[in-house]
Amino acid sequence: MSDLWPRIEPLLARVEKPARYIGMEMGTEPGSLAPRHGSSRAAFLLIYPDTYEIGLPNQGLQILYELLNEREDAVAERAYAPWTDMEAAMRAARVPLFSVDTHRAAGDFDVLAFNLSAELVYTNLLNLVDLAGVPVRGADRSPSHPVVIAGGHCTYNPEPLAEYVDAFVIGDGEEAIGEIADVVGAWKRGGRANREAVLRDLATIPGVYVPSLYDVEYDGPAVRSVTPRYADVPAVVDKRTVADLADWPYPKHQLVPLVEVVHDRLNVEIFRGCTRGCRFCQAGMITRPVRERPEEQVRTMVREGLRRTGYDEVALTSLSSADFSGIEGVVADLVTDQEGTGGVSVSLPSLRVDAFTVGIASELQKVRRSGLTFAPEAGTWRLRQVINKLIIEDDLYSAVDAAYSQGWRRVKLYFLTGLPTEMDEDTLGIAQLATNVTDIGRKYTKQASCTVSVGGFVPKPHTPFQWFGQNGVDELQRKITLLRNAVRGTRAHVKWHDPKATFAEGIASRGDRRIGRVIERVWRAGGTFQEWSEGFSLDRWLDAMRAEGLDPDWFVTRHRTRDEVLPWSHIAAGLHADFLWDDWQAALAAHGLPDCRWTPCYDCGVCTDYALEHVVASPVAPAGGSQGTGQDLTRSVADVPVRFLGSKVHAGGGGAAS
Amino acid sequence: MRGGAANPVRLRYTKLGKIRWISHRDVARALERAFRIARLPLAFSEGFSPRPRVSFGLALSTGHESEAEYVDLVLAEAVDLDALASRLNGGLPEGIDVVGAVALADRAPALQEAVTCVEWRVDVARGDLTEVDPARLREEIDTALAMPALVATRHRKGREVVEDVRPVIRRITVCGGPSAAGLPAVVEMEMSTQPRGAKPGEVLAAIGDLTDVRARRTNQWIERDGARQEPLDADTRPRVPEARVS
Repeated sequence: MSDLWPRIEPLLARVEKPARYIGMEMGTEPGSLAPRHGSSRAAFLLIYPDTYEIGLPNQGLQILYELLNEREDAVAERAYAPWTDMEAAMRAARVPLFSVDTHRAAGDFDVLAFNLSAELVYTNLLNLVDLAGVPVRGADRSPSHPVVIAGGHCTYNPEPLAEYVDAFVIGDGEEAIGEIADVVGAWKRGGRANREAVLRDLATIPGVYVPSLYDVEYDGPAVRSVTPRYADVPAVVDKRTVADLADWPYPKHQLVPLVEVVHDRLNVEIFRGCTRGCRFCQAGMITRPVRERPEEQVRTMVREGLRRTGYDEVALTSLSSADFSGIEGVVADLVTDQEGTGGVSVSLPSLRVDAFTVGIASELQKVRRSGLTFAPEAGTWRLRQVINKLIIEDDLYSAVDAAYSQGWRRVKLYFLTGLPTEMDEDTLGIAQLATNVTDIGRKYTKQASCTVSVGGFVPKPHTPFQWFGQNGVDELQRKITLLRNAVRGTRAHVKWHDPKATFAEGIASRGDRRIGRVIERVWRAGGTFQEWSEGFSLDRWLDAMRAEGLDPDWFVTRHRTRDEVLPWSHIAAGLHADFLWDDWQAALAAHGLPDCRWTPCYDCGVCTDYALEHVVASPVAPAGGSQGTGQDLTRSVADVPVRFLGSKVHAGGGGAAS
Repeated sequence: MRGGAANPVRLRYTKLGKIRWISHRDVARALERAFRIARLPLAFSEGFSPRPRVSFGLALSTGHESEAEYVDLVLAEAVDLDALASRLNGGLPEGIDVVGAVALADRAPALQEAVTCVEWRVDVARGDLTEVDPARLREEIDTALAMPALVATRHRKGREVVEDVRPVIRRITVCGGPSAAGLPAVVEMEMSTQPRGAKPGEVLAAIGDLTDVRARRTNQWIERDGARQEPLDADTRPRVPEARVS
């Protein structure tokens, strides 16, 4: 096995940020997680197909890295997308994609395993497979080539990459990775003879989808059917779900990079899943149910993580961290613990919009109260009911009042535009909210400012909005202009995402297998790093669509009908199609839906079909009240299918919950 | 935490091997994390946003190695300086090793001003990375140093600046190769850092079609009143046994 370092090092003097390519993160030093190779160990190269700075902190990848390296029969290393300057230098010097741990050629691994967190990285995946010296299409690979697998949220619609990825893992990876290591290890020890055989074996693992084992039929532009070619291949692949986060206190040894990366801090996941039910949010739909980590385990992970890494910042991560049952206690302890130690700052990403949240934030940030971010997502109560982000205006204003009165000067508000049923008054409502927010701020400080950040909405698979026709480029641009004009002369500033990139994301998000060739064309035309404005051009995507004879509007702006076969209909997140459709109709009627963690079950399908339940420590939302949900959360919990942490008693199963 | 309780300390550390590719700022962050891992009782600045009282010496460019880097810090309480290196090294990446620690006098001059001279050991090649003959290199250097000025193009704050680097150069000696990288030409360079220094590559490029394939800082010197001292020997506080607390 080759150590490519002597060939890599001469390239480093000529590239930007050479430290991206050296590895050496704390946590990888000999004796800890350092990869140990061996002829009987299944070798995984875990790849994040974006820059090192974005990929290194990815917790999913770090969890798998640790789980694999703990095994006696597996080994894992990591790789990231080299920036364009390094890629050019590597190709010129004939240096293939390499691992950052031991600088081993990607082609020497048994598995190339990609994390797919965003659709616009798809062209990078092809580029990295190619840079590894592996044919980009699965059909062209031989047994000497590694198996290419992918996991992450994007795999809930795997079809656009079906020709390029040998196997997808749907859902939580903690358990599935071990089963995959078993299969790959057996394949390796058997001499890696038959590629078809290992793919058939992988397909028997629950949650694993092997696209080459399915036939897709089309009916004109529409998909007619997706059918397994063998009897032992499942017609529908169900997601994997870790039932109890307490069993998985990972990463135990979070990697500490030497260069600055995004989220450069200790990250401790406090719960997984979210049942707020925001209809635009794919993460909230596909990660159900809510599984809280026990409060004591959170404290231990924070304490030991800080001690081991030397970080002075910790983030308590989840999809809505103020909803964690033990949030007040954990925060109070963190604040007490750090007194006199020179200060550890705590951040809660995904803040809820209410004064309670600001109260926690002010506990955490005694100093440096620079900016606070809230996400009302839509400009009017009507539209917020459509998207089920049930924040009443008073919640926002009381949150903002609390923030400015406690010393914050900048408030940032996140919105989506291009939402279903959106009208110009909704867009203008954003300007009105922002103006009211700055007015509140000016009661406290003349420097009060408000930044409005607007993203174009891309409908995602497995959400109630999966049938919605996305707004086109011109319509999004018109709304952004409308908003910019409306805030002119006020103290609010508008930032927006490029509607052209939103359109390309739309092509990839709800595409079927035919979109794969479009992605390949964009890549061949030089379109890597499509998430980066310097690398992006919509024309490349539209040219590729034209060359493949595909109509962009069919894939992006067209409303889907209830009876059509969606390209991802053979992948299951556990949500019943009837539930999603009914929720879509409720959206169009501007009816909200409560959070099933604290209110009776409406049977979306996940808990009942997969025999799962929420794992939460408290039957009511922290601090009670509306919680920025617009809901009455004080009602009885007798019908909520919840297991309360510590009690191991099923509230909905006839037992007594205390 | 200022005043009587302050314990200024100077550390010497290395930056060797793969780790040379991280920036000076990255090194600073790695050291600050190591201080926290070791639970070093750092003193903090006063004011609205307290910062640990840590001040780094001369910057070392990304890609350069060093056997002699320095950092000054102020501790809120005295610690065992003999045990400090091993206490810190567990939290530092491979290649960055603390190799010395001394108690510093109060109000010792800052490293960035006090250090006046640095020495380098540099593997030299042609601009296109081909080998250069040591004898030929010696001639080129002798010719260049005999000239009244040596003009180098330098990048400063994103701008190209043309400067005379001749005053910076005190000595350049061609040593026998081959170097660790297999190159036949290795030079030792001794250069001033005040009022302004220069990088080995900038000086080599001013001399001729030359570049530094690998550069390692071997020494830093504080020169004062005609004497030359290693920073761990300058401005230090005499070691009094009772001043040492666990």
